[in-house]
Amino acid sequence: MKHLTEEDLIAYREGMSATRTEIAEHLKDCAECRAELVRIEAVLAALDALPVPDPGDDYGRRVWQQIAPRLPEKPVRWWQSWFAPKRLAALGAVAALVVAAFLIGRSTKTSRTPDLTANKEQVRERILVVAVGEHLGRSEMMLVELSNAEPNNPAQKKVNIAAEQRRAEDLLDENRLYRQTALEEGDTALASLLDELERTLLDVAHSPDQVTPAQLEKIRQKIEARGILFKVRVVGKELQERQNAPTPAQDNSKTQERNKV
Amino acid sequence: MIRMQPSVDSTQVIADSDAVAVERTLAGERDAYRILVERHSQNVFRLAYRMTGNQHDAEEIVQEAFLRAYQKLGQFAARANFGTWVYRIAANYAIDRLRQKKKEEARRVESPTVEDNVENDPISKIQDAAPTPERLTQNLELRKHMEIALAALSESERTAFVMRHWEGCAIEEIAAVLKSSSGAAKNTVFRAVQKLRQSLQPFVGRTTQARAMGTES
Repeated sequence: MKHLTEEDLIAYREGMSATRTEIAEHLKDCAECRAELVRIEAVLAALDALPVPDPGDDYGRRVWQQIAPRLPEKPVRWWQSWFAPKRLAALGAVAALVVAAFLIGRSTKTSRTPDLTANKEQVRERILVVAVGEHLGRSEMMLVELSNAEPNNPAQKKVNIAAEQRRAEDLLDENRLYRQTALEEGDTALASLLDELERTLLDVAHSPDQVTPAQLEKIRQKIEARGILFKVRVVGKELQERQNAPTPAQDNSKTQERNKV
Repeated sequence: MIRMQPSVDSTQVIADSDAVAVERTLAGERDAYRILVERHSQNVFRLAYRMTGNQHDAEEIVQEAFLRAYQKLGQFAARANFGTWVYRIAANYAIDRLRQKKKEEARRVESPTVEDNVENDPISKIQDAAPTPERLTQNLELRKHMEIALAALSESERTAFVMRHWEGCAIEEIAAVLKSSSGAAKNTVFRAVQKLRQSLQPFVGRTTQARAMGTES
């Protein structure tokens, strides 16, 4: 008799099997498979005994009290969200990139080589270099300001980082876009840096508006431990150099070099 | 298995009343959102706790999930189920947090400090998860192994296992959270159960053997 596989039994136990009736039939006749199922069930039953703390009957009310002050006045409908300042800014950035691509395309038209594909790629890469360079500059500025943040008044016990938080939220959207583009361009090192930066931005964006000096110190320590400021500066500088190069990048040796690291 | 499975009728009634609350919130009645928060907080907490194994993290996930849901409420299709939707937001955020935590822990392992050692000690985590003395005395040893086995799963595996086994979510729902196909989501559940089994079988093995052979007294 052919026995059931472990996957068959797990699928059966977890209600994911397409051949439930056949498996049930087999289990009736096969003691070995039944024993195997019992063993699987024992592990799952043991896990079911793990308790989940009861947050209490008034938990929903407490959650509401905690989040209510942080809710914006009114959520926006999907079509309204297209007119949100953040979305408009992103659209503006995209439009600027398209214009930049057009202008760069025009300026390189006269020296066009037969290899049009290569030329397009250079243009794309150059746009990425300019846009990401600026993005890294803005991120660096935000992180530096956050690192230097202090209470407005020494008597205050909390530091207001709401401004940095809002900027981190804005930068997050851009960051995701550039990371994706870098991945598509095969620039894994840049994508990896943007990935690290994204995590830092997430940390800042998800922190409370007002933090205690200890909480702020923890955020700073995280930034420091990741060495993100240093990495952002190094890559930002490198992109700046590439941006200032007299001709569009002739090859992708820089990218390859970074990818090796 | 502990699953919350309300009847189809009651689910529909809740979904309908959720839809009304969503519409009222979108119309500017902010207090209507309170109904949704109070109704779904416990379920989201249970999911978040099972995904993180930590009460503090779970509470933060619940708050963040409802904040994000409010911000994105305009994108929520009224035909969809709010409970499922906020659940998905919470699961996604929990995955992000688990990933972040793992990376931070990996870095800490490279340069451990006294404080961190206390924080990473599995026993201390168990104590956090089991505040009552009765529970601690039940089977601390097995429980320690279960916590470790769950923590050893990848974020996707833990999510898939929690959503399927404990929360009874549909495979399509899990696939949506994992951003994968249904087949891949199913495989992730398999992998999770297989890994848990490998880690825990030796500790639950003896009693099981007796049951399977019909020799248990």
